[in-house]
Amino acid sequence: MLNKKIKLDFWNIVTLLIIIVFAIFLIYPLLSLFLDGFKDSKSGVWSLMNYIQFFSKKYYTSALINSFKLTISVTVIAVLIGVPLAYFMSFYKIKGKGILEVLFIISMMSPNFIGAYSWILLLGRNGSVTKFLEKALGISMPSIYGFVGMLLVFSLKLYPFIYIYVSGALKKIDVALSEAAESLGCGGLKKVFTVIMPLITPTLVAAALLVFMNCMADFGTPALIGEGYRVMPTLVYSEFVGESGGSANFAACMATIMIIITALVFFLQKWYINTKSFTMSSIRPIQPKEPNGIFKVLIYVYIYLLAGLSIIPQAMVVYTSFKATKMQVFVDGFSLGSYKKVADKALAAITNTYVFCFFAIVIIITLGMLIAYLTVRRRSVLTSAIDSIAMFPYIVPGSVLGITLLIAFNHKPLMLAGTAFIIIISLVIRRLAYTLRSSSAILYQISPSMEEAAVSLGDTPAKSFIKVTAKMMLPGVASGAILSWITIINELSSSVMLYTSKTKTMSVAIYNEVIRASYGQAAALASILTLTTVISLLVFFKVSGSKDVTM
Amino acid sequence: MSVSINVKDVVKKYGDITIIPDLSTTIKNGEFFTLLGPSGCGKTTLLRMIAGFNSIEGGTIAFDDKIINDTPAQNRNIGMVFQSYAIFPHLTVRQNVEYGLKIRKVPKAEMKQRVDEILKIVKIEEYQDRLPERLSGGQQQRVALARAIVIHPQVLLMDEPLSNLDAKLRIEMRSAIRDVQKQIGITTVYVTHDQEEALAISDRIAVMKDGIIRQIGSPQDIYARPYDAFVSTFIGHSNLFHGTLKSADGGYKVVFNDGYSIFMDNISSEAKDGEEVVISVRPEEFSISETGIDCKILSRVFLGKYTNYFLEFAPGMVLDDQPSIEYSQDLGQADRIFDEGEMIKLLPNKKKINIFTKDMEKSLIKDVVKYAE
Repeated sequence: MLNKKIKLDFWNIVTLLIIIVFAIFLIYPLLSLFLDGFKDSKSGVWSLMNYIQFFSKKYYTSALINSFKLTISVTVIAVLIGVPLAYFMSFYKIKGKGILEVLFIISMMSPNFIGAYSWILLLGRNGSVTKFLEKALGISMPSIYGFVGMLLVFSLKLYPFIYIYVSGALKKIDVALSEAAESLGCGGLKKVFTVIMPLITPTLVAAALLVFMNCMADFGTPALIGEGYRVMPTLVYSEFVGESGGSANFAACMATIMIIITALVFFLQKWYINTKSFTMSSIRPIQPKEPNGIFKVLIYVYIYLLAGLSIIPQAMVVYTSFKATKMQVFVDGFSLGSYKKVADKALAAITNTYVFCFFAIVIIITLGMLIAYLTVRRRSVLTSAIDSIAMFPYIVPGSVLGITLLIAFNHKPLMLAGTAFIIIISLVIRRLAYTLRSSSAILYQISPSMEEAAVSLGDTPAKSFIKVTAKMMLPGVASGAILSWITIINELSSSVMLYTSKTKTMSVAIYNEVIRASYGQAAALASILTLTTVISLLVFFKVSGSKDVTM
Repeated sequence: MSVSINVKDVVKKYGDITIIPDLSTTIKNGEFFTLLGPSGCGKTTLLRMIAGFNSIEGGTIAFDDKIINDTPAQNRNIGMVFQSYAIFPHLTVRQNVEYGLKIRKVPKAEMKQRVDEILKIVKIEEYQDRLPERLSGGQQQRVALARAIVIHPQVLLMDEPLSNLDAKLRIEMRSAIRDVQKQIGITTVYVTHDQEEALAISDRIAVMKDGIIRQIGSPQDIYARPYDAFVSTFIGHSNLFHGTLKSADGGYKVVFNDGYSIFMDNISSEAKDGEEVVISVRPEEFSISETGIDCKILSRVFLGKYTNYFLEFAPGMVLDDQPSIEYSQDLGQADRIFDEGEMIKLLPNKKKINIFTKDMEKSLIKDVVKYAE
């Protein structure tokens, strides 16, 4: 009898287990972070000192203001670049559209810091373009370090988000809406501003906030190219790592401030989408037209220039990885020297990356499918709580997540700091969302009666899930899992907080090599990473049968 | 305000494929004109050419005398109702209706008055501040109609506007559309593939096939006196029989292949003695009789008012490749319902049946015209 009862409660047990896992690895760490911020770093007593210190010293508040300045500028620029691009690509026949789309997606999926690093290689103090201009033309380039450089790197990195999301929205506009405007006497630009723009605005807002969060939370870019321009993620990092005698409590306070900002932005977006959104379903999408005359020339220049600028970082990395080096400095000629060095010294980083990410993705798929099942098929107070908690990682910047886990698991009984386990946990938490969403999406398409049929034929709920539903879910889950995979192999923000010499991943190794100005090895590693990303993306296109990465 | 539409020698091509080879017709000022035909016949293509959403590869389309071939859609002053309604989802019902008036810079006071009026006419006043998402299909349809009419267009174009509604709502909406159109008196071109809808709503119907208008006429004429066998079978059901004409005193004897014959006095002068013809008999144009054509009942469907019988005739009587041969028995007149397998004798109503040439391209009934004014 007892045995039977446990079997009957399979899903309740899963619910409970997931809640326990979330409580230990998500709620408890975030709570400790929050509480630590209210503790005096020396005496350990409760106080508001950290917050008072933060808001009273210009050194700290300026970083916050800088973060906002940078993030808002980047968001505006990304929108200004991305919306026209999406419009041209969707409404006009452009030669090479297929390849262009892939290029934009690759540049969107590759990590921010590789962009920063390549632009240093080009426009930095010893950058090839800088040197060329100085030698050949005697022009000295303005410095790429600081605000301008970050603006360049982030804008070029993040406008594809706007482009991809807005393109998706434009595809959903039925041509009849555009024709209806024309039949009512409205054409040309007026139509664009009274019909097309309002229709894509909800999507545009969502994408803009994605850009905002990404830029606000990114650690790698400001760390490499920001130099004197302090922003929140670098400030939190240096305070926490404590090279300048920082304190964990103060870092926790700043991390909490960051979470509050991103949470506010997130809820603002949710509120906006809920009040403003409307469903569009296009029976006949708008057909692209042949552009003509000078306009055609202009949009081709615009599109190809952008595509070129976006792919330069990847191309540059691959190119320099084959350049010969001597004492860490590039010299004339090509060689495989950088790869040999990587094979000697950084092999562990490569294997670490694949091994950690493999375990992480297995956990992500398992958790993603189970949580999706619970929230779609077994709605209850508990499962909807799980659903909400699974959204948490959206609002926790990567570097903050790293700190959060460290603060929580830096002491017994759960002494996990420095282990591979903690890195895997951080990867799972960071990127569970993609797989969770694709799992839910496919589950809505599978009839519950399939599973009921299996149960009616004598299977237990657990078995029927594994044998029937899970198997039918897999193709849908796969597309989300590949996106999770791509983002975790490129993850830097949290790993850079959590790694030790034994648990270094490729992204961390690249970051370290760039900091040490060992550009050859960094390029070789980055090329391997880029190659893995591109191959994974190609698999994604094949598996999902589309280029839609907006999950 | 309203205009006539003159379509002259119009050609539509997509690349090498010709959709409309050469089409001419005139749609009169204020009339409700329906383009009816199977899918792919070019009816929507023609409508979109009038609207300005499809290019015109040859010929001219004119509103009254003004050729509009090169006028962009937004300058044609048309009202269009789309199959998908195309209600702007980001605007409320009222804002949707106002949209065209704002483009025309109609003064505020006049705009309010016109919008109020049209919302009342199409009976959606109480929903005016709702977003379209929260409207039913029928309500959205009314918004689309109001939005198209409120701008006082020269012509109203409707592209299968009722095809997304359920059967009951379709019937309700088609009388609503008809009432509004008559009230305003606007030239209307209406596209549908639903013959019942076309019969119920139109002043004149143009039946199209393969880009060619096969017949234009009033709903009654199209049904009762189709110009060719395609029209007779596309509109309602018609049973087609082989037959021969034999000259007789004051008319012709129409002889079925089993030798049964009926005398008809309304055969046109083009007919010749001994000519092979196709006889078209609608299911309700038969009656049970002592003398008539022998046939066997294959099966029956009881429909309340009528009983529909599926029949089998002697070999060589009827044309091949017909989906079914049917007889509708009006229950008000019937003595009894017949059973499957029973043999009966059917008498065609000589005042109602139609005779076509052997190639089925032309009616041999007196005074049947292809394109009626």
